[in-house]
Amino acid sequence: MAETNFDVVIVGSGPGGYVTAIRASQLGFKTAIVEKEALGGVCLNWGCIPTKALLRSAEIYTQMQHAENYGLTAEAGFELGAIVKRSRNIAGQLSGGVKFLMKKHKVTVIEGFARLKPGKPAPIVAVDGKDYSAKHVILATGARARTIPQAGLEPDGKYIWTAKEAMVPDGMPKKLLVIGSGAIGMEFASFYNAFGSDVTVVEMVDRILPAEDAEISAMAQKAFEKQGMSIRTSTMVQSVKAGANSIAATLTKNDKSENLEFDRIILAIGIVGNVEDMGLEALGVKVDRTHIDVDAYSFTGVPGLYAIGDVTTPPWLAHKASHEGVICIEKIAGQNPHPLDANSIPGCTYCHPQIASVGFTEAQAKEQGHDIKVGRFPFIGNGKAIALGEPEGLIKTVFDAKTGELLGAHMIGAEVTELIQGYTVARQLETTEHELMETVFPHPTLSEMMHEAVLAAYDRAMHI
Amino acid sequence: MPIEILMPALSPTMEEGTLAKWLVAEGDTVNSGDVLAEIETDKATMEVEAVEEGVIAKLLVSDGSEGVKVNAPIAILLEDGEDQSSLEGYSPGAPKAAPAIEPAPAPAPIKAPKAQPAPQAAKSPSSNGSRIKASPLAKRMAADKGIDLSAVAGSGPNGRIVKRDVEDFKAQPEAAPVQAQQQTMDATPSVSTTEVGMPLGGGAEYLTRLGVEPGSYDLIPMNNIQRVVAKRLLESHINVPDFPLTIDCEIDELLKMRKELNAQAPEGVKISVNDMLIRASALALKHVPDANASFTPDGIAVHKHADVAVAVAIDGGLITPIVRHAENKGLSTISTEMKDLAGRARDRKLKPQEYQGGTFSISNLGMFGIREFGSIINEPHGMILSVGAGAPKPVVKDGAIAIATVMTVTLTCDHRVVDGALGAKWLQHFKRYVEQPITMML
Repeated sequence: MAETNFDVVIVGSGPGGYVTAIRASQLGFKTAIVEKEALGGVCLNWGCIPTKALLRSAEIYTQMQHAENYGLTAEAGFELGAIVKRSRNIAGQLSGGVKFLMKKHKVTVIEGFARLKPGKPAPIVAVDGKDYSAKHVILATGARARTIPQAGLEPDGKYIWTAKEAMVPDGMPKKLLVIGSGAIGMEFASFYNAFGSDVTVVEMVDRILPAEDAEISAMAQKAFEKQGMSIRTSTMVQSVKAGANSIAATLTKNDKSENLEFDRIILAIGIVGNVEDMGLEALGVKVDRTHIDVDAYSFTGVPGLYAIGDVTTPPWLAHKASHEGVICIEKIAGQNPHPLDANSIPGCTYCHPQIASVGFTEAQAKEQGHDIKVGRFPFIGNGKAIALGEPEGLIKTVFDAKTGELLGAHMIGAEVTELIQGYTVARQLETTEHELMETVFPHPTLSEMMHEAVLAAYDRAMHI
Repeated sequence: MPIEILMPALSPTMEEGTLAKWLVAEGDTVNSGDVLAEIETDKATMEVEAVEEGVIAKLLVSDGSEGVKVNAPIAILLEDGEDQSSLEGYSPGAPKAAPAIEPAPAPAPIKAPKAQPAPQAAKSPSSNGSRIKASPLAKRMAADKGIDLSAVAGSGPNGRIVKRDVEDFKAQPEAAPVQAQQQTMDATPSVSTTEVGMPLGGGAEYLTRLGVEPGSYDLIPMNNIQRVVAKRLLESHINVPDFPLTIDCEIDELLKMRKELNAQAPEGVKISVNDMLIRASALALKHVPDANASFTPDGIAVHKHADVAVAVAIDGGLITPIVRHAENKGLSTISTEMKDLAGRARDRKLKPQEYQGGTFSISNLGMFGIREFGSIINEPHGMILSVGAGAPKPVVKDGAIAIATVMTVTLTCDHRVVDGALGAKWLQHFKRYVEQPITMML
């Protein structure tokens, strides 16, 4: 007889759910996790990890094409099936890793789709006709790609992909339309562009990567256009129409329409929370536009019910979900964690060039009324960047002129997704420019640019 | 146009104070001269008077709010003909408005501010002994805002003060830290006791860790005066390398002269021994100016006048009113001044400038029969004189035992400014003035 009574039941095993389960177990809770598909959720199986595997192939392929720049000879070629297979294998390996972690931490894994029924002290979790009771239920059901069926913008089994389909392509599209220039859109645009697709990116607002600092967006656009992408900002996709061998899209900019033919379209127009069919309405859970309303400690307002990660408030990022889950369960355990500061959560985009940021953009900092100092340091001034053959990029810092608080940092260029944590730590520890200036950065590294970008904000940069 | 009432500076050095108690409520009509509130500074409680008339529209800080910055808006006054709608779109602290109130000349007795519910129990006092854990950003923000970090509760890991604590730091009522402490203790009973040395931390937890049972005592929150005295004495005790010099003075002549002077003194003047010791000290300071000095990090300040601070015991504390330029004042002036100062000190009606500063102190416990004692230096003073009781004692005079009234005094010196020889030299002069009091009449 399998156990049906737990301290904590977590619904969803993505980076929010499974990390919360591990922490719950560490805190001594008898914990179960419900998953309808593969352990690890979208992140491990259909998101962060498999796309990074694909992008790695793209990166190496691009390098091979430029082998002569490094004094090497290489015949660049690729086999799409093998690239995808590698990506799927990595996802499978990590999903297996989560299974091992659940076992190691004695977390019971329940397979199936969870529905909630009223109960005390927490809602009852019903999976495949079986009821599980718990003192605390944490929803970590995640999100999925947003579609607009009314406009024909939904997967059609052939021409229109979401990220999930784009991750396992049946062939390399000759002409590809990417709708949406956020992180997901730009990563796929970058991947397909690297392997020779003729990529067009459409963005509704006036710049790509709208969440990033405007200066970074502009640099990214320039870099992508140099790589051959067609970027159309302030442009809407009015309609799409499938033909026999291709799909036509009507793009509108300033009331001027244009019809273009594509082989494939990738929808990257945001996400919707997975809130359906779980009985949330009956419990009185507040849902705002597919995302669950929660307080600073992820409490939904329904006794015993919490929600974390993409199914709640933005930013919709794996690391936010994990951290939020840890805070939630520690609070349940009676500890005293601090709510997450959304503005200290770094964001990374793994296109080429990479983009990473944390905190306020220059414009946001001004909007917030800060008197600011801005530092900029270009990759061309850094020895390691030049040695790597990556002389394009920028690191930008935004400081509060009065307090020296690092309000934000914004980066574009090689490996910046690995660099941003330095500034994130600095923000978390609340260092001012003074401590950052006093920090010794190793030479020769890309990280020296982080030092220079701080110095630059105070007109003290060395290598520029 | 609504008038902002600002936190007044009640002394030249005041940066912030406690709004001890509002004496008006929102909606009250006030006239010029009405007392609005009691403000507690480091050492005294004072009343704040209205200078304009109108209706109190809003009180911006609550009773017992600590750390209210000078010139911060504390209330809003509506003038005749204005109503609440004038407040729309109004934000306190908008740059305008000159200080609306002046320090009131007539201070009020100290009242214990009302305790308010403690802030987040999770916050533990971040000051663990002398080192304050705070993020660099928090330190800079606190410095900018003039907030004393030792008063801020840290909410970061291990009580580290972080940005949000400084931002959230507002005036907290006096008793709050004690309450917060108690709640902290309730939440985490297992405080580590393995540290070497005395347990640190305050309030109930402090005593519990020293083995005193909770409930076996009453915990009385300190007022600002007690807190400041505690802080300054501890700092002095730790920072000042002091040493004592003790000498006996025969005061028969002095007592005799006092009697004569008082017999001829005008109505209302009665010179005390202490008044004469103030004069003797002031003259000795004038004679040995190097001893009338203060240590500063930038150098030794040699004072041009002998401003003699005299310790006066008051209810629940100690205060040291100052006889300024005492070297230029005659005995009757000193006596009259001292009487006035001591009286008002006991009523807590001293103005800050009457007890702040000074160059030298005298503490006299002779009236309690204390034979001799030493005092803690009252910085920035370089020396403090502790005066014991005058009593008949056998002394040797011309090879024979005689009876004399002997008073033992101990001079505690800050060795950084007054060394043994200099202190001894000063004592010799003091002794001469005391034993030959006619010289102090010159």
